[in-house]
Amino acid sequence: MAVTLAIDPVTRIEGHLKAKLDVSDGVVQDAWLTGGMFRGFENILIGRDPRDAVQIVQRICGVCPVSHALASCLALEDAFHVDVPKTGVILRNLMQGANFLQSHILSFYQLSSQDFFQGPQTPPFVPRQSAPDLRLGEAATAMMLDQYLESLNIRALCHEMAAIFGGRMPHVHGIVPGGASSAVTAAHIQDFRTRLKKVRAFIEERYVPLLYLLSETYADLARVGKGWANAMCVGVFPHPDTGEAVLRAGVWANGREYPFEPDNVMENVRYSWFTEASGGSPFNAPPPAVDVDKPGAYSFSKAARYNGMPMEVGPHARLWIGDAELSPMGRELAPKYLGMRASRFRELGETFVFSVMGRHLARAEETWLVANAMEGWLDELAPGQSALAPLPELVDGAGYSLTEAPRRSLMHCMKVKDGRLAFYQVLPATLWNASPRDDAGLRGPMEEALVGMPVPDEKSPVNAGRLIRAFDP
Amino acid sequence: MDEAETGNGPLSRRIFLRSSLMTAALLGVTRTMRPCVAEALADTLHAMRPPVFWLQGMGCTGCSVSLLNSLHPDIANVLLHVIRMDFHPTLMADEGEGAMEFMLRMAKEQDKGFLLVVEGAVSEEKEGRYCVIGEAGHEEFPLSSTLARLAPHAAAVLAVGTCAAYGGVSAAEGSVTGAMGVQDFFQKKGIETPVVNIPGCPPHPDWMVGTLLLLLDAVERLGMAEGVAALAKSLDSRGRPLAFYGNTTHEKCPYLYLFDEGRMAATLADKAGCRYGLGCKGPGAWCDSPLRRWNGRVNWCVENALCIGCVQPDFPDGQSPFYEKNLW
Repeated sequence: MAVTLAIDPVTRIEGHLKAKLDVSDGVVQDAWLTGGMFRGFENILIGRDPRDAVQIVQRICGVCPVSHALASCLALEDAFHVDVPKTGVILRNLMQGANFLQSHILSFYQLSSQDFFQGPQTPPFVPRQSAPDLRLGEAATAMMLDQYLESLNIRALCHEMAAIFGGRMPHVHGIVPGGASSAVTAAHIQDFRTRLKKVRAFIEERYVPLLYLLSETYADLARVGKGWANAMCVGVFPHPDTGEAVLRAGVWANGREYPFEPDNVMENVRYSWFTEASGGSPFNAPPPAVDVDKPGAYSFSKAARYNGMPMEVGPHARLWIGDAELSPMGRELAPKYLGMRASRFRELGETFVFSVMGRHLARAEETWLVANAMEGWLDELAPGQSALAPLPELVDGAGYSLTEAPRRSLMHCMKVKDGRLAFYQVLPATLWNASPRDDAGLRGPMEEALVGMPVPDEKSPVNAGRLIRAFDP
Repeated sequence: MDEAETGNGPLSRRIFLRSSLMTAALLGVTRTMRPCVAEALADTLHAMRPPVFWLQGMGCTGCSVSLLNSLHPDIANVLLHVIRMDFHPTLMADEGEGAMEFMLRMAKEQDKGFLLVVEGAVSEEKEGRYCVIGEAGHEEFPLSSTLARLAPHAAAVLAVGTCAAYGGVSAAEGSVTGAMGVQDFFQKKGIETPVVNIPGCPPHPDWMVGTLLLLLDAVERLGMAEGVAALAKSLDSRGRPLAFYGNTTHEKCPYLYLFDEGRMAATLADKAGCRYGLGCKGPGAWCDSPLRRWNGRVNWCVENALCIGCVQPDFPDGQSPFYEKNLW
């Protein structure tokens, strides 16, 4: 019998999300995702001092403010031809890297891990779904709780790292137009290094091995949730000398790779609570005008598309595009727990990578990859280096930026007229993975991946939440 | 309240001791990695552990993330020993209708016995559809009507973050949503439940947890209603606990001598001068950041760059441009 289910709120994510599912024969037949909150940053930014944008845009997301700050600075620096000193690039990479570690550890442990274990019989661990499908034995459950509690401190350490060069977290002060505002002293470097070592040990000894183990325990979830299996990365973590991205830009569609071209990005609004005129290219689409009574519309999220195609973005997409080398732990554990030998990411195969467990495991692998790269950047820092370039007068200009937030791709476009922001367009992370249907009626990436998810118990559709959290919406 | 409880230093000694003991108890449990954690936790549960419903409105979840940065007491203790987080969208195991119904049922059972925390601004426009927080019994629950329904039954409401306290960035000039702070919303709806504002974008975790501890301590001594009333007496005119917001950043700034000597920084990277000339809003920003410092005390706003006045009721509009001197 066919039933329609609503999960609202989808909890343990950042933001307000509702999932509506058509279920029959124990399988999701169709899905609609509703972004349930609107603030209108593009309207709020207009008329402000262009330098203020770096602070305002961080309030879009308290989990990934560093990436928004960076995107805003890069757009301004593009508009006014500012060259950030090498040390500024390194400090930005270190703050951004620290926040990647923070966000990924948060995403798995604080948000997703309860999908796989039962905590103590006290809130926030209870109450919970009636049939949570928990399979770990007593010892493994105790280990998960231990890791959950340990991860709370480890995640806070990652924020400490970002704050060493950024002032505080969330909402960082240290990323400013022209570079980074921090001094670089031997104490800063040492404070950062000791914390990075602790965090790295957690990633190597706990996080990465756990995800391989869970991928075996939940082998069925390592085969479902494929969706469009398209992937996109706009590039992040520039090499301080060459500018080459550690996680490079690219597009994967229909089994082939293409170069990423920003002009191919469009925002669709047919199913969004915005007027038709609110859609278009992020380079010139107007600020969104709300229309909550629009027939057929069901989300405050727009639908971002690349050449008309929905794109999966985030850690699994970045590692797939870059075909990153697996961690030493991964190379050792893949044969045991995944039943395959692999030294590079694409060798894990499309079916696994674009699955519930594959997306989680990619996040763990990327956490290791970024921590590793951070050690290299830290080695290049020397006390006393200047990280800030002077700004010219910011009178008239237009620029844009591309970077990756921990959860996914980010694009900012700005125009400055007479020293004030005349236009600002943010293409935030959510518009890709959590998008509603587009103008052609194609489902968003998470909607598509939900189709086919097994729902053995309609009263407790836990696999839907598991899939959504694997995307880190 | 006695002096030690409202002093503007870090948490009072008594509270600090209490939380430290709990840390030790928890570490002892978790290090053993035994599955008897649940029972051990039950033994150490604090007698006074009122239910807390944490509603997320129009915001960025930054306040919740900042809460996770609580170190003394650490966040595990806060969640497991200090309060009972019966509803928190980012942390709770449950989801969907089950979570919503649990909160509604608990609120009914615990009339005037629960605390409501609001993070993010609230808007009533378009029937509250700018922010819908859940669904139960095929009924949509906008934040505005949920708040109007629950708040009269709450013992107190904590408005965490500048959005919930005063509107903040969510209600900044150019906003089209009619977003506002909790107190303004209550005034409009005639809701008289006491509101404690804990502004900051985000608030320091100590401001949130510290206020909760001050409140619980007062409630333990005086009972719920009297305890809330006692806390309400230790707030400033903008509803902020004096314990954390009693001084301006400028007064306690370690660079105050540079200001007095007129030695101004030339750029944000110049650490040999006061940042006032670059736009630092410290003189008009009321909080204890310079003493408390952030993220394990590794740093704070002005040491790194400058103060943007994020605790102030007129943040961001009245505090911008952030990087220009605009105070006097």
